[in-house]
Amino acid sequence: MKEQQRYSRQILLPEIGSIGQSKLAQAKLLIVGMGGLGCPAALYLAAAGIGHLGLLDHDQVDESNLNRQILYRESDIGQPKVLAAKRFLSQQNSRINIRCHNEQLTIENAATLFRDYDIIIDGTDNFPSKYLINDACLLTNKPWVYASIYKFQGQVSTFNYENGPTYRCLFPQPPKQQLNCEATGVVGALAGNLGMLQTMEALKIILGMGQVLSGTLKLIDMLTMQDQLVNFNRKQEGINSILNEGLKRVELTCEVREPDKVYLDIREKHEIPQLSGEKIIKIPLGQIPNRIEEIPRDIPVYVVCQSGIRSQKAINLLESNFGYINLINVSNGVESIIPRQT
Amino acid sequence: MNITIKYFGVIAEQAGISIESMRLEKEQADLAEIKAVCFKKHNISDTDSIQTAINRELKENGFLQSGDELAFLPPFAGG
Repeated sequence: MKEQQRYSRQILLPEIGSIGQSKLAQAKLLIVGMGGLGCPAALYLAAAGIGHLGLLDHDQVDESNLNRQILYRESDIGQPKVLAAKRFLSQQNSRINIRCHNEQLTIENAATLFRDYDIIIDGTDNFPSKYLINDACLLTNKPWVYASIYKFQGQVSTFNYENGPTYRCLFPQPPKQQLNCEATGVVGALAGNLGMLQTMEALKIILGMGQVLSGTLKLIDMLTMQDQLVNFNRKQEGINSILNEGLKRVELTCEVREPDKVYLDIREKHEIPQLSGEKIIKIPLGQIPNRIEEIPRDIPVYVVCQSGIRSQKAINLLESNFGYINLINVSNGVESIIPRQT
Repeated sequence: MNITIKYFGVIAEQAGISIESMRLEKEQADLAEIKAVCFKKHNISDTDSIQTAINRELKENGFLQSGDELAFLPPFAGG
């Protein structure tokens, strides 16, 4: 009885009713990425009574997340996002099951994870993850609800729904570089709006009501409050290659603005944007002492990392322990040596 | 013929506009040709990933008639 009372306002809708409510209670949804999209989506999915909610993220709460990632409080800073999110959601709705996946989505774990769920919600902020979700959904035959934001604009669509078009049918290839919220800025209410739209898509899929955004991309501009729908078709060719060849990681590469300069990129392998060019030497900071012979001493070498801090550390190490005198720090980080998009 | 062109995401910033109209002295125009003109005119980079829609249908190639709307859609991945 209590259950009926809790959800009474949505059960009143003929499109939902008691039968719909029990479908929601049985549904298993995985949210990949508990950031600006994942947080609001999770909050409304929990409130609606989605019975099984999986939360996947390997990150910890940072102070700069708080303007948009509304499940986190100041006291959560430094805590794993999935645990902080679960605490909040369990208080919102103690009757649902929440499972935490405190890990990164990889080509090794994606398909296995997805098999336990009915629908995947995309809360990621980078192209490799979106292609990975797409391909793993193809292999496991799951629909996924996509959203992306850029400044005041958003895109939302549902892919691989009842053999409908996929993300690769819309965007067969990623751009050469990507700009994320850290680089371009983001207002919380835009991310919130998109997360809400994703929630609505998931509810429509579960309840079999309305029109799912399958084969349709919804574009929204919050500054003009205009939106528009663009239709697209399934392209079997790209889909077959994934089905036949399995998961592969999509890498973003970006050419440097001054290809004649010699760069020493001391970032870890997974850090993006990946730099491409003949004169780029890639040695992660920790491997430098063992790979000294790869770093020239007779020409200027520009040392680069994400922000300019680790590259300075690398220079200090090379100068004091190995006698280098030809190193220059790229003090504004990798974004300052690649072509600007804004 | 007159067509309307819409720019989204980062390319609207590169172009400095989100909508413009273009007048051409012919009956119909090749999508590839209009695309090249627009990308050059607005100095739009990294064009391979940009998708095009004619009258809100995604198209890789085709022809535009007077009154048509062409949209340039870049992928973006923020979250």
